[in-house]
Amino acid sequence: MKIVLEHLTKKFPNRNKKVGGFVTAVSDFNIEIPDGKLIGLLGPSGCGKSTALNLICGLEKPTEGHIYFGEDDVTKLQPENRGVGLVFQNYALYPHLTVQQNITFPLENLRGKDKMTKEEMAAKALEAAKLVQIENLMERKPSEMSGGQQQRVAIARALVKRPRVLLLDEPLSNLDARLRLQTREEIRRIQRETGITTIFVTHDQEEAMSISDMIVVMKTGVLQQIGKPQEVYDDPVNLFVAKFLGNPAINVFRGEVKNGKLYIGEEEVMNVGSVSDRPVYVGIRPEGFIPDDNGALTLNLTRVEVMGRDTSVVSTHPAAESETVRSIISAEDAAGIGGETVRFFLKPYKVFLFDTETEERIQFDPEAEENIPLEAAEAAVQNTAE
Amino acid sequence: MDNKSMKGWLYLLPAILFLGVFMVYPLIDVFVYSFEEGYNSASQTFFGIGKYNYSYVLHDTYFLQAVKNTFILVIITVPLSTGIALLISLGLNHIKPLKELFQTVYFLPYVTNTLAVGLVFMIFFKKTAYSDGMINLLIHAFGGNSVDFIDGPYWAKMFVLCFYTIWIVMPFKILILTSALASVSKVYYNAAKVDGTRPFRIFYKITLPMISPMIFYLVITGFIGAFKAYSDAVALFGTDLNAAGMNTMVGYIYDMLYGNSGGYPSYASAAAIILFAIVLTITVINLMISSKRSVK
Repeated sequence: MKIVLEHLTKKFPNRNKKVGGFVTAVSDFNIEIPDGKLIGLLGPSGCGKSTALNLICGLEKPTEGHIYFGEDDVTKLQPENRGVGLVFQNYALYPHLTVQQNITFPLENLRGKDKMTKEEMAAKALEAAKLVQIENLMERKPSEMSGGQQQRVAIARALVKRPRVLLLDEPLSNLDARLRLQTREEIRRIQRETGITTIFVTHDQEEAMSISDMIVVMKTGVLQQIGKPQEVYDDPVNLFVAKFLGNPAINVFRGEVKNGKLYIGEEEVMNVGSVSDRPVYVGIRPEGFIPDDNGALTLNLTRVEVMGRDTSVVSTHPAAESETVRSIISAEDAAGIGGETVRFFLKPYKVFLFDTETEERIQFDPEAEENIPLEAAEAAVQNTAE
Repeated sequence: MDNKSMKGWLYLLPAILFLGVFMVYPLIDVFVYSFEEGYNSASQTFFGIGKYNYSYVLHDTYFLQAVKNTFILVIITVPLSTGIALLISLGLNHIKPLKELFQTVYFLPYVTNTLAVGLVFMIFFKKTAYSDGMINLLIHAFGGNSVDFIDGPYWAKMFVLCFYTIWIVMPFKILILTSALASVSKVYYNAAKVDGTRPFRIFYKITLPMISPMIFYLVITGFIGAFKAYSDAVALFGTDLNAAGMNTMVGYIYDMLYGNSGGYPSYASAAAIILFAIVLTITVINLMISSKRSVK
């Protein structure tokens, strides 16, 4: 089911009555979510992503705007008439009911022509339980199960009515690290098998990037960017998105463009062609560094962290926004690194420029030949190849 | 006995001592008295040992009246007060404006003195030479005949006693139930809402099971409290409860010890043991029902 959000806005009355007015949790949201995809709604806590989910689900009514499932305007419909399944962050399984009873609970609410017999309900419940592989736990109570199992029951309960849209609120946040990896694969598999358009909320960018078909990045109620995870990572629209995605985080420097050249500190590090002269924020992905003795950017080396396949070079720079600058290079390249300083060439497509006022992205063409001094680049590529 | 369990007993000792001296010993003593015929506390003498005290008490019309009164009181007030308290708590839980005010108002009876409340009830219900009382005025206004609730027919007196008891035990139950309702996580209601659960089903399938431990607690303590009712009856009908026909079991025990017809510790002890047996039985039944439910 395609989901379209049109100018969706939700304002809450300010809780501090003395201040009054409204807090805007979701502000003028416009997105179109294609049918049958897994969407990660991503943002730091308090950015309005859960509110957005509740609006889609129908637990909250929007202040303005419309929600469409396919061609239907569901803005004014009650949750039960929208055909949504919702998995809560803490699962919200009824503790006094068994797994079986929990899963059949939504079915027992059906009235009129949809009303089911006990046998039909049991069959539906078993089908849902099989999908999430808990069919042997049907007689257990929620308290007798692990977090991961409870999570599955919650998903089965959300799926038993065959919803048009499945919504998951921070589905992995209550699980330990190992279970989290396993469960996210599981969610991916269930979504593939059922083909139900699924939206899940998370503050963990890694989680969102790893399983989503598309991610939606939010900040303080405002949509920042929507796209395939890799596209958003490679082409962030602003500094916030660039900083939010990626682990380790992007390194940000204060820099300046003069005569088509980018300066960090005193050093001229890159040609950025068409960009007019101005101060900029320079974001460099950790994997965007090529170590080279003649490199354009000089960093003060703090330490080298060996992580097996890769090596993480931790260093500092006076113009860096963060305390340390972290670059990830392959272990072979790290061999020559030592001493007080370390020098790097930069991979142009891993470098992003942002306006210092608006923090919006300033585009330049990384393919342009003059970006990197050619000889140095060739040498660097050869180095890497060796 | 190993070292560890010795330590355990040592820690328990103070509690055991106090409970032993002030609870277990008196209980045993009362049990012994109840079999000593014609015990005189002044001279510490008795005639013999036997079941006569029990047979006297069980054949005493005043005692039988007291048992009947107590049972009627228990059977009417415990379910009614719990039910009404639940309704009020649900209401309180759903309103937003003035919630604190209502909570305070509903809690006031709890901090009001029993006898003061009794006085107010007298003004409401008592029929005197000068006035019919407020309730009778109301009955008149609706075209009924006035009833003397304090000195009149048995059902009228029982009605007032039950009314009074329910009114006085309600605040505590409302307090417990509102906090129990507030402790049910909102997320369950959201989950139910997404599934389109009807309000009654939400109440019956979610709210009620979630707060059932508190309801059982209130029913059990309510039963025990109602079986021990005494001061309520005194507040309404004065100290000569036997004459009013409104005595309770505890009232009977008190009268046997200190009342006008008093001075019979043996009979009082026998009556106390009978009361104890009844309360114990009812409580065990209650616990069996509640544990059966929670296991399921």
